[in-house]
Amino acid sequence: MPDATGLELIAQRVGEQVGDDAVAGTVYYREQATLDVAPARVREVLEYLRDRDPDPWPLLMSLHGVDYLPEEPRLGVHYQLLSTERLDRLGVRTRVGVDDPKLPSVVEVFPTADHQEREVFDMFGVEFAGHPDLRRILMPEDYEGFPQRRDFPMGGEPVLFTFNEHELPRWYD
Amino acid sequence: MTDPEPVVHSEPEEPITGTRLTPVEEIEPETELFTVNIGPQHPATHGVLRLFCTLEGEVVRDVKPLVGYVHTGIEKSCEDHQYWKAITFVERMDYLAYYFNSLAFCMAVERLLEEEVPPRAQYLRVAHLELNRIASHLFWLGTAILDIGAISPIFYALRDRERCLDLFEMSGGQRLHTRYFQVGGVIEDIPPGWDGAVRRFSREFSTRIEQMEDLLDKNEIFLSRAKNTGIVSEERLLALGVTGPLLRATGNPWDLRKAIPYSSYDHFDFKIPVGTTGDNYDRYRVRIAELRESLKLVEQALDGMPEGPWISTNRKVALPPRHELATSMEALIHHFKLVTEGFRVPPGEAYAAIESPRGELGCYVLADGSAKPARVHMRDPSFVNLQAVPDMARGGLVADLIASVAFLDPILGGIDR
Amino acid sequence: MDVKRQRLGTGDLRIQKLRAQQLLRGEIEDEELQRQVEERLVFTTLEKAQNWARKNALWPLGYGTACCAIEMITTAAGPRADLSRFGAEVVRASPRQADMLILSGRLSVKWAQVARRLYDQMLEPKWVISMGACASSAGMFNNYALIAGADKFMPIDVYVPGCPPRPEALIYGVLKLQDKIAKDPDLGWRKQYNAEGTEEGA
Repeated sequence: MPDATGLELIAQRVGEQVGDDAVAGTVYYREQATLDVAPARVREVLEYLRDRDPDPWPLLMSLHGVDYLPEEPRLGVHYQLLSTERLDRLGVRTRVGVDDPKLPSVVEVFPTADHQEREVFDMFGVEFAGHPDLRRILMPEDYEGFPQRRDFPMGGEPVLFTFNEHELPRWYD
Repeated sequence: MTDPEPVVHSEPEEPITGTRLTPVEEIEPETELFTVNIGPQHPATHGVLRLFCTLEGEVVRDVKPLVGYVHTGIEKSCEDHQYWKAITFVERMDYLAYYFNSLAFCMAVERLLEEEVPPRAQYLRVAHLELNRIASHLFWLGTAILDIGAISPIFYALRDRERCLDLFEMSGGQRLHTRYFQVGGVIEDIPPGWDGAVRRFSREFSTRIEQMEDLLDKNEIFLSRAKNTGIVSEERLLALGVTGPLLRATGNPWDLRKAIPYSSYDHFDFKIPVGTTGDNYDRYRVRIAELRESLKLVEQALDGMPEGPWISTNRKVALPPRHELATSMEALIHHFKLVTEGFRVPPGEAYAAIESPRGELGCYVLADGSAKPARVHMRDPSFVNLQAVPDMARGGLVADLIASVAFLDPILGGIDR
Repeated sequence: MDVKRQRLGTGDLRIQKLRAQQLLRGEIEDEELQRQVEERLVFTTLEKAQNWARKNALWPLGYGTACCAIEMITTAAGPRADLSRFGAEVVRASPRQADMLILSGRLSVKWAQVARRLYDQMLEPKWVISMGACASSAGMFNNYALIAGADKFMPIDVYVPGCPPRPEALIYGVLKLQDKIAKDPDLGWRKQYNAEGTEEGA
């Protein structure tokens, strides 16, 4: 784990090399470092971190989405980077709103993002521009709605107890 | 027996990966490509994996894996249940490596809570994890070799797996999905006969591994199907995020147990087996060697088992032992609060990664201060490893595709979650 | 208590064979015939014989979705709990050749139509065991992604609860199914599910 000062140095380097508007903040919590990045610059930041940073991060381990419902912007996408040389992990995070959930795809930088971006699209509705084949991966192709958003209902059947079993219709009625 | 040399296609459009191709002149002129759908219910897929193959004759030109047939919404269900209840959901993801799923989740929550796991619990966790690795690799061995066509090894593998499951039943109460790992340690101490039972098992297991190897090592059919098939280069695997035995078969010794040790793995002495070429045969050899290493780890964990509590003594997180409920009022209140509401985790996010039998299994937990997690995401190794299938299969025969998928060890519960 | 051991029947196999030949040719009469018939012949109806043959030769389909599939493979192919002692030895890959479908594993929204197609492709007579909690009801996954129980779209004969059920539990379920086949394989309730004559013509 880069410690808190290491994280600040990384944020500073990213800000200098990629652009001032790239870094939106840093979070260092429970000894895990997360770099907040502006949505439009994600791909450049990851490219910089993989290739040009003096401490490069060559592997993307996980790409996942989060819905921070009461806070805006709601949808977050996390990129979990790993360096096998320094045995270090770094998290990169962007936030997009539900109204305009568009992010650049990082498939060309890290090919492992292929299925994982499709999963984020399927579950949260974040569209990745430049992805070769962005369609649903886990739900049926014609499914409507994005299940893992917090305002999507849990679904399922109501449990039958004796107090409500007469109100709920059964399949043989 | 000489290995058949890989013969190269005369005009490769891209670097050849799966190489068992006959030269162009020997293939009948089959200019049309036809698509064959393998699965989702098929005896040769590990779970409900659907492969959309584009074939030219018998040669695979493209493969698209289609998944989602067993998507259970586990991650969404976890948001509706307390942390200790979410452990049962998360366990059922990668259904052969259940202890690993629950450990990743428990480690993420323990990091958020800044909870210390007592040393006895850590050693118990290691013992159970390595036994589970043995059980998982045995099942993989049986079914992968069954996919290739050898029917006997699955019986031997299942026979030994039954003995592993007996050990789990003795300690945890159930054969599968035991809910043994809890946040802060393990749910219960091992019963008195467990130690002896595990040692009995480990005494006989090394000969069993040799029996299995005797069946397969010099088997010509197995060798010709497994050698030089499904080769993907190490850089491509790293770019695709593939970890675990597939990466180790290419020679890269990346193993989280040694690299970033967790749960006192650094107290033990074990080796990381690596292969050389990265073909299916090397993957098989790596997993067999891992069986032996796991056996050593189990024995070392039992030998060095420290005394002490088996779960964290922090009553705000772990249930108090039942005998205290009769005497202490606070224990009763803690028990009540923990069972009905659950412990609260301060807001924050954490990512914890461990080495499961298939690769890096990571768990991301977002806590919002309540007793239920706001988001649980498991970075499943099979989901990411599956992206290597098109590279493995392109340019090879259909039979090699089947062998590659078998030796990839995908678990569809983890892929689809 | 005095235990007396006595050999049943007439003893030597050659004598039995000779007697059976004489019986078939009609050469024995009266009390010998009576005794021979009591010892050697079983009277039954054709349906009972047919049911007996069917129940002792159930061919399961090689089907499995999730964790219950692991236990099903352990039961069917495992050396400890071995389903083939009860006749279900031949696990067929093709639904056209199988007559028992053990629904092991979770039934997601995408998979339900596949499961129904598999059921349709099986030929009559066919039976379904719903193994585990996830196939009988949604199990613990009461959410958007699962169909809450296969009996929403498929007739089920036996439900085996458990998460996952032990191999012994699954064997008990198969034995119950065998009892059901022996007594009455079709109680007319398949009509209610609109499941009669649902074979799919390829």
